[in-house]
This record gives sequence, C-alpha cells and structure tokens, in this order.
Amino acid sequence: MAQITLSGLAHSYFPYPRGEQDYALKTIDLTWEDGGAYALLGASGCGKTTLLNIISGLRRPSQGQVLFNGQDVTDAPTTARNIAQVFQFPVVYDTMTVRENLAFPLRNRGMDRGYIDARVQAVARMTGLEDRLSRKAQGLTADEKQKISLGRGMVREDVNAILFDEPLTVIDPQMKWELRTQLKALHREFGHTMIYVTHDQTEALTFADKVVLMHEGRVVQLGTPEELFARPAHTFVGYFIGSPGMNLFDASVDGSTAQVGRHRIPLDADYGAQAGRVQIGIRPEFVTLERDGDLPVTLQRVEDVGRHRIVRASLDGMALAAVVPEGVEIPADANSVTFDAGQIGVFVNDWRIAPRGRGAS
Amino acid sequence: MTAVATALPRRRPARSLSAGTAVSRVALVLYILFLLVPIYWLVNMSFKTNVEILSTMTLWPARPTLQNYVNIFSDSTWYMGYVNSLIYVLMNTVISVTVALPAAYAFSRYSFVGDKHLFFWLLTNRMAPPAVFALPFFQLYSSIGLFDTHIAVALAHCLFNVPLAVWILEGFMRGVPKEIDETAYVDGYSWFRFFTRIFMPLIASGIGVAAFFCFMFSWVDLLLSRTLTSVNVKTIGVAMTRTSSATGLDYGTLAAAGVLTIVPGAVVIWFVRNYIAKGFALGRV
Amino acid sequence: MQKTQNNRAWFMVLPVFLLVAFSAVLPLMTVVNYAFNDTFGENVFFWVGTDWFQDVLTDDRMWAALKRQLIFSAIILAIEVPLGIAIALCMPKRGIWASLCLVLLALPLLIPWNVVGTIWQLFARIDIGLLGYTLDQLGISYNLGQNATAAWITLIVMDVWHWTSLVILLSYAGLQAIPQAYYQAGRIDQASRWAVFRYIELPKLKGVLLIAVLLRFMDSFMIYTEPFVVTGGGPGSATTFLSIDLVKMALGQFDLGPAAAFSIMYFLVILLVSWAFYTIMVNLDREDVPK
Repeated sequence: MAQITLSGLAHSYFPYPRGEQDYALKTIDLTWEDGGAYALLGASGCGKTTLLNIISGLRRPSQGQVLFNGQDVTDAPTTARNIAQVFQFPVVYDTMTVRENLAFPLRNRGMDRGYIDARVQAVARMTGLEDRLSRKAQGLTADEKQKISLGRGMVREDVNAILFDEPLTVIDPQMKWELRTQLKALHREFGHTMIYVTHDQTEALTFADKVVLMHEGRVVQLGTPEELFARPAHTFVGYFIGSPGMNLFDASVDGSTAQVGRHRIPLDADYGAQAGRVQIGIRPEFVTLERDGDLPVTLQRVEDVGRHRIVRASLDGMALAAVVPEGVEIPADANSVTFDAGQIGVFVNDWRIAPRGRGAS
Repeated sequence: MTAVATALPRRRPARSLSAGTAVSRVALVLYILFLLVPIYWLVNMSFKTNVEILSTMTLWPARPTLQNYVNIFSDSTWYMGYVNSLIYVLMNTVISVTVALPAAYAFSRYSFVGDKHLFFWLLTNRMAPPAVFALPFFQLYSSIGLFDTHIAVALAHCLFNVPLAVWILEGFMRGVPKEIDETAYVDGYSWFRFFTRIFMPLIASGIGVAAFFCFMFSWVDLLLSRTLTSVNVKTIGVAMTRTSSATGLDYGTLAAAGVLTIVPGAVVIWFVRNYIAKGFALGRV
Repeated sequence: MQKTQNNRAWFMVLPVFLLVAFSAVLPLMTVVNYAFNDTFGENVFFWVGTDWFQDVLTDDRMWAALKRQLIFSAIILAIEVPLGIAIALCMPKRGIWASLCLVLLALPLLIPWNVVGTIWQLFARIDIGLLGYTLDQLGISYNLGQNATAAWITLIVMDVWHWTSLVILLSYAGLQAIPQAYYQAGRIDQASRWAVFRYIELPKLKGVLLIAVLLRFMDSFMIYTEPFVVTGGGPGSATTFLSIDLVKMALGQFDLGPAAAFSIMYFLVILLVSWAFYTIMVNLDREDVPK
C-alpha cells in the first residue's frame, strides 16, 4: 500500500509536441493518500485512462515524476510497481478455469500453494464466483467474466493500489449496484488505495471518498463529493456535477454586488473588482421561484423527474434551471426567482475565486 | 486548487528496442531474405545471356541484357500466354464474385432448408484434388465443345474459387448489422437496389479480398489450365513448361518469363495489402 | 446474429449451387462411373463392381505413395505451423514496415505453382543454381536427380518457402485482432513472455490456426505441380506423391478404371483427415462450442 504522488506530470502522444494542444495531459500535481477510495471523473477523452496507465506503468509520461511513498518509480515497469488494474472490458484467460484465472497473478509471483488456494477461495466468495471455480472462463457471461477481472485485481493483498478503468460498463444496472457496494465493502475491509475511473457522476459520487475531476487534460478539482457540489473550483465542475448542472451567467462584479445584464444580484462577500471573463454560478437547488421577486423570469416548462421537479425558465433570454423539492408547490403565478446569496460562486476565466480575506477552497 | 500548464519543456520520450524485439526483427529479416533469395536468383538469371548463365557463377549479371525480355515480347506464343492467362483469370474472378455475393448474403442473413449441409458441401469442393478432376474435366468440356476456350478454364477454377469467395464474403457480411437491411426496406428500397447501392459499398473491402483470392488461386494453377487448353488458348504456364522441355537450354528466356509471371501478383498485392490480414481474420471458422 | 427462416433464400444460392454442381458433380459422376466399370473404348462400359478398388488397394505402389504423402504432409505441418506463428510474432504491428513485410511475405503465394517449381529447380542446380552451387562448393554431396534425401529436403524447403507465408498472414491477422487490454493485463499480472503466448495469444489464434492447418493439410496433400517440375517424382519414385502417381496412371498409362477408384479413395482420405482435424481442434476443450 502506498501514497502515490504525481509531480509535474504531463504527457503527449506526439514525440515532439509543438504546444499545449498536443498534450493529452497538461501539468498535473496530485497526491493520492494511502488507503483512499478515489474516483477519477471526467468526460470521455479528457485523459483519465492515460493518467491511469501512467500510474500503473503501462505508459511512460513525457515529463514529470510518479512517486510511490516518495520513491521515484517513473521508469519502473508495471511489474515492479505492484499494481492491480481492472479494465473496461472483461479480460480473462479463456483457456483457464475460473480458479486458474484468479490464481494467475499469485502463481506468477511464486506464492506457495496453500496461500494461493486460500486467497482464491476468499476472492471467489467476495465476488460470488464460488460455484463457478472449476468452469472454463470462456463459456461464462460478460458479467461473470468481469467479476473474474475484478477478482484478479483483488487477489493480491500487498498491492500498492487497485486501479479500475470504468469496470462496470458492461455490467447490467442491477449488478452494478451490487458490485459497487462490494467494492466499497472491500475497501473498508482491506484499506487498499483504490482509483476508480468513470464518466458517470453517480458512480463516482457513490463509490469515492474523494473525487478527482478532470477536464481537457487537467485536474480541475480534488475534493469530497460535497465539496464538488457546494464549492466547484471550475465552471466545468459546476456544469458536470449535479443534474441539472450549475446555472452560469456572464456578469461583472464590483465589491459584493454582481451585475447580470440589467439586474443587480447581491453577493454574500466582497469580491473586489474583477477583470477577465467573469461569471457567477448558482446551483438550481438554491434558486427559489416566487411571485414578484428580485429577478423576473419567463417560465418555459416543468420536468417531473420523480423526487423533485426541474423548472426551466429564461432570464432575459439566458437559460436558467431551478429545482423544486417534492412537496413544495410551484406558485401558479410565479414570475421571478431569488438566488440564495450564500451559494453564489464567482468565476474568473472559469476558475472560482475567493472573496477578499478568505481562501478559495 | 488550480493547475495551469506552465511552459512545457520538450523532451522526446526515451525509447529503445528491447533485446527481445531486436532478436525478433533479426529473425524476420532473415526469413524475408530466405524468401527473396530464390526470387532474386530468377531475376538475376533473366538479365544474363545463356552463355553467362552456363559458363560462370556470378551473383549479378556481368553484362546485363534485356534480350530475354525482348524474346518474350516479340514472340506471340509467349506474350499471348500472358494475355490468355489474364483473360481466364479475370473471367473467373468476375464469375466467382458475382455468384458468390447473393449466396453469401443468403448464408449470412437467412436460415433455410439444407443451409448447413450446402455450406459444408461447398467447402468440400475445396478439398477435391485438382488431379482427380483433370481427366473428367477434359471429357466434360470436350463433350460440350468448350475444350480449349477461356471460359472452360474460368468455369473449372470456379470449383475451388466459388466456395472460397462465399466463405470470405459471408464473414464480412456477418459483420454488417441486420438493422441496415431493415432500414433500407422500410425506406422503400427494392432488394436489388438495396444490395447494389447500400450493401455492396459497405463490404467493398470484403469484395476486394475475395477478388484477390480468386485472382490468386486462378493465376497460380497449372494443372487444370493445362488440361483444358491446347492450341488456341495456350496459357503462360503451359508456354513455360513446353518451351523448357522443347529447347531445354534457353534458361534466360525461361527466367524472364518466370519473372513476368510474378509481376501481376505483386501488383495485385500492393493494392490489397491493407486488406489481406483483415480478410483472413473475418473468415468463418 | 439472429437469422430469419426464409426458404426463398435458395434462389440466391442457386447460381452458386448450379455452377459448383456443374464443375463438381458431373465430373465426380464420371469418376464414379469409371471406378465401377471397364471399357473397351467407344463408350461401351460394363460393370466390374469393386474390382478396381481391390486392384488399387492391393497395389503396393499406391500404398507407398500414400505413405510418402502422409509423411510429407506431416513434416510440412510440423514445420510451417510453428514457423508461421513465430514469424507472425516477430512482425511489426503497424506502420509502413508492417505493410512492406506483408507484401514481401505474400509474394510467394502469388507465383504460379509451376514457376515456383522452376525457380527452385534452377536454384538447386549444381551448375547454375545458387543453392546447389554453394552446397557443392562447400563439399556437400547434393544431387536432386540421384539422392532421394536431397530431393526430399529440397521439396520440403520449397514448400516451406512457398506456403509458410499463408500461416504467417493468418496468424498475423489473428494477433492483430487481440485487444491491447489483454497484453496490459498480462503485464499487470506479471505474466512471463511464454505465459502471454500460451494463455493469451495462442487461445486467441485458435480460430485462424484451424483454418491454417486445414488449408495447409489439404493443399500439401494435393501437391502436384511443384514436385512434378522439380523432381518429376524421382529419383526413382522417391518423391512420387499421390497426385503425381494418379496423373501418371490416368493420363500417362490411361488406366482409367484404377485411376478413378484411386481418385475416389484419395478424395475420401482428404475428407476424413480434414474432418478429424476439425473435430479434434474444435473439441480441444469441451466447453468451447463454436458459435
């Protein structure tokens, strides 16, 4: 088990990158605490898998260092890093039985038989493969094959980290819940450092203690799910996390007042005067519909998504969403909204800024 | 936290060949040399005079000459051999692919009475030794008056090319989702229009691979083409065997003729090089 | 893929059926006809039952040819299949070099078979061929026409030269189809190079290897043109394989009855062995049902 540090890491698939646009990963400095359950979240193509492969040693970064417990392993091969990785699609050794598949990583490391048998039994029990142990891996369903992959990832007790690359893509929704719960239970029991790559925010937020959100080759925020929700560090975090995402408006900020179009919106702190592209953001959860309030809007439609309703409206032509919790009535003649001043974030050039005299995050 | 990319230093990632890779590259090069040396020898001989071939042992022509090629292109029995061979090979390729297309479609899309038996029976024809069929073919085509015609050879080669073409095309067609057919029918396409306008472009590479294999197996055969032709349609293979046995000594011309038989194949491979591997992999097992 | 039951699909298969039937069934009937009849010419036949079969089966010459043929095919498979897989593993995965290698490797496959024979016949000659000359200069006694061992080795090397490319191309195609994740998993699991081959590559190659073994068996068992050109079946009858023997019998001596009976048994042997290969390879592990 190990603390993994990425220091000044960047990667390009071009041998001679000409500029920032050629980099799949831009400069990344990040520390994964020992024993943490992390989700690496981001849209497809943002560099998640590249980062994972750099950590596991399947790819060498163009620059920067990978440190395990402070020791530089940038040039160490995969085998020397003692990492387990589970891939998006089930990778099983077809001609082996399930038992041989699970034993394979241990056998290759020359463990003794008794230990191997015990570990295989334990992992089979965790993944629910006990009655399949003597079957050939080839004839099994995709679900079962992916369980074998997960099992092979977990069979080694001494791994520095277990990396999951969207491992539940091919699994039925019902099974997904079950396996994710299993993974969490395993994490609590054994305390491995786990890094779970996904593009599905629900999966990330339910699995992880800490979420690392990536966007266009950069890590834009590392934090607990609550932090990502309440204090997004970047407009992308606001947009990507939450359903629907954060409302963002171009604004100008002067002291503790924001000016959006012809409307003045009070802020809860003094942000000074800001240059560059300034935006304010508010989660739909903190937008209240009312009659004759501060900001006049035009209601467009109401979507009932079960637990709550989403109201789509327009503020001087700008789209706006508001969430109305279950049990709260939407006023029939609602024609305006009010923002909860304490929940408004101010972003300059996409990055969240702190009010005067306070730290950002 | 913010992480803004600073000036990015340029460094080429360290890459070196591992020992294993080096060994495998050497093995590959040696094997390719093994393939090329006999061919080189043929090319080498084709540029020598018979005197030089027989008198000295040289690794390259001491006095290169084009005379052997001139001999071939000035003698109609030689160059007509190429023309004849190309005619029946192209006829066979067109016939094989044309009849195989609808059949492969049927095998890939429908199940019908006897489909599996039919498919297996087709493949067994690939197993029939041409030597077995040589004499019966001779009698068959003589009796219907096709002996010594291009079409006779083209039809005879269908025996092993049609099953192969069906097999390859079926593999490619299975890779095309059935929804495409259904969408086209819903949009009001007739089967024929759908097949020629939509389906065939989708499996164009498959058709290319099938045509390549038909060309290849028809081009390389000697036994059947020799059995089914005599005077009018003398093929290049036949021309070579007869000349070598008749004069016995004209090695230079023989070598030049051999080199010329390699050329059409080499041209064809160059065009389909990116499809060869794919075509093999998609065949039905 | 779910297939629709549709007997009208027969109409699409009909052209193939008629064409192949014309090329296969009619000649086959002729062969069967000859096999059970004798003739004094002028298309007058009379029934001789299984006489020809008995003749052929008691003919030592046929048994000797069959034995040579089986040994030849066995050696060919034993060399070409492992060699083909090995060379395919050595190939670069992509890029201009991969294309170039493919083209060079495919070259021998597209040379007419008699030209293959001619190339090797010239190449092996002691007086004017590079191979024969070199061996002779090295003091190795090498004479195709008199030494049966030399003739055999030459034919085997020639067949390896001619046909290993087929196995290479098939294996290469199979290797290309293996997803990268399998190799990465192998590295994560600390699998040795051998284990990667044994547990990842070989199982994935099974399908194409089945095709390779079947094609190589069939074609090597039917080989005619190349040995006919290089050795003519000699020295003596040391390299007289089944096809050569058959053609001698049918076209050389016009023993049509025995030749036809011979043909039928020849065909049956190929069918039988091919079927056996297919069954064995498909059932190598029991749960592996072909889809």
